[in-house]
Amino acid sequence: MKKIIFGIAFIIFFSFLIVSAVNMRTFGEPTFSEMDDYFIENAQGETGANNVVTSIVFDYRGFDTLGEATVLFTAVVGIVALFRGVKK
Amino acid sequence: MKEMSRIVKTVTNFVYGFIIIFGFYIIVHGHLTPGGGFQGGAVVGSAFALLLVSYGSLNSKKFLKKDIFSLFENSGLTLFIVLGFLGLGITFFYNFLANSGGWFGDAAVIGINPGDMNTGGVIPLMNIAVGLEVLSAFGVILLTMASGAEFTKKKENS
Amino acid sequence: MIGNLPYVAVAMFIGLGIYTLMFKKNLIKIAIGVVLIENGVNLFLITLGYRKGAIAPIYTQAPSGQAMVLPTPQALTLTSIVIGIATTALILSIAMMIYKHYGTLDTDQVRRLRG
Repeated sequence: MKKIIFGIAFIIFFSFLIVSAVNMRTFGEPTFSEMDDYFIENAQGETGANNVVTSIVFDYRGFDTLGEATVLFTAVVGIVALFRGVKK
Repeated sequence: MKEMSRIVKTVTNFVYGFIIIFGFYIIVHGHLTPGGGFQGGAVVGSAFALLLVSYGSLNSKKFLKKDIFSLFENSGLTLFIVLGFLGLGITFFYNFLANSGGWFGDAAVIGINPGDMNTGGVIPLMNIAVGLEVLSAFGVILLTMASGAEFTKKKENS
Repeated sequence: MIGNLPYVAVAMFIGLGIYTLMFKKNLIKIAIGVVLIENGVNLFLITLGYRKGAIAPIYTQAPSGQAMVLPTPQALTLTSIVIGIATTALILSIAMMIYKHYGTLDTDQVRRLRG
């Protein structure tokens, strides 16, 4: 009985996903691109690096990279704490 | 886990040096070609996984030690935070070495050019710090889970 | 419909991941379902920033006179991939400790919190 209710709910949700994926705007024409045009024009002059993606990750948005490095460090601390009682 | 046959060990002895050098090349040239700290750190981490799988978890504890990896990870994150505090005269995480003529301070030619290694400001130093942190995080995770797998194995005939 | 094929692929990824989360009972299969959902979301982020006939946003020895793809969604996807690694490592470690404590990986029998 529970399986039938789960099955119907899953089919309704999956049809929502497919209908919205087919009716999205056309692939290859982004709508808002003023911020990215500014990045492509001025990244070489202000930072001096040829790679625009690296200069966004480390210079224009360096604070997000600090948060991500902290998340990776915290995950490693959690794994070492979980296996504390292992004797050799 | 058990070790693998002699053919696998011989091929691993040839190949793991090239994988580590290729990973360091991707880390250091992060401001010129696609790549950077995270991608290069993942490539070097996969070299450690190759060594662990082909030599078995008991033999590989002789040349992969957990304490050295933990030391490298702490120093990588500390170096990243110190590089953020050094530009505090104007703002946090300010690129104080770009276009200044100092250590990595040439100005890049605007437009399409073959890359010059001396450009980029503080970005190559941040790449090296983050790459060091990611490769040692891979090493610590793999070694801890391998020794934990010996601990959580069920007894054969209970 | 054939022009929107990347978005349909993203919908298949997320749909398969949610099916695995709802209907399977082994803990390792549930971990695989979580990984499928995360990869689907990363693919969606990258395909949002594409321009027709453009090249990668790198200036080193690029072919001249062409437009460039938007670089901001690629920077966000880098962060998301690294967070996926941390989540997968933690969920697999917790599965290993549950197997040591209970002797089985079936979620129907891992029911009470024992001290």
